[in-house]
Amino acid sequence: MAIDVRIPTILRSYTGGAKAVSGSGDSLADLLTNLDGSYPGLRARLITPEGGLHRFVNIYVNDEDVRFLGSLDAKVNDGDTVTILPAVAGGAFGLAAAAAVLGR
Amino acid sequence: MLTIHREIIEAIVAHARRDHPDEACGVVAGPVGSDAPLRHIPMENAERSTTFYRFDSTEQLRVWREMDDRDEEPVVIYHSHTATEPFPSRTDVSYAGEPNAHYLLVSTRDEHTAEIRSFRIVDGQVSEEPVQLVDESMDPMRSYQKSGDPHAVQSFMFGQSPAAVDYECQH
Repeated sequence: MAIDVRIPTILRSYTGGAKAVSGSGDSLADLLTNLDGSYPGLRARLITPEGGLHRFVNIYVNDEDVRFLGSLDAKVNDGDTVTILPAVAGGAFGLAAAAAVLGR
Repeated sequence: MLTIHREIIEAIVAHARRDHPDEACGVVAGPVGSDAPLRHIPMENAERSTTFYRFDSTEQLRVWREMDDRDEEPVVIYHSHTATEPFPSRTDVSYAGEPNAHYLLVSTRDEHTAEIRSFRIVDGQVSEEPVQLVDESMDPMRSYQKSGDPHAVQSFMFGQSPAAVDYECQH
């Protein structure tokens, strides 16, 4: 058994076009490190240089947004499905101002 | 070029008007690879803000899975600007994560005339594209095409009541 990971269109350049790949690990952080071994560069699109989850993506373990599960510390188990989606956001406000107001 | 049914644009404008002065957002799904936006899905703006929008992450997962099950993709991703022009902000560009999508912006800054413009946003590069409205009657003579010149004024009149547009049935 492994963890099934669903890859969004914008990141399929890292997976040779694959929509779904398999990985392993006990936490989301472990899983992303494991995946980066097979698909170099993928992790850097999901995790900031400071080590946090990038605000431009949503990651889910089964049906739950990992932001509600401890973010990168979220536990994952064999048989789980991890889904990565691009966060859909924006607006008339400048990014820096929006980040300051929203505390992100 | 974005080719889209007039009824869907009217439903999008109605959604933007309803949520004004907050920004409204949503998706128009279509069969994978078809470039045909056919199924309008208004989304919650989780930020409920006049200057920012974000799809609710749980709703987004549900909607994206549903599209996957139906062999659909997000052909159009739209949102409104409620006090400024319908042109992608730096925030919009930095978040644009669907390279195959048409990014449709609606401005509701004018009470009577909604402005719509469509863009491709790939690798941080914004390019405007023409919008062709098609009537459900399929009569090609009734379609309208606007220039893709980024300096052209692309305004569409939506002064009529959108009362006949039942976009809430999509849920």
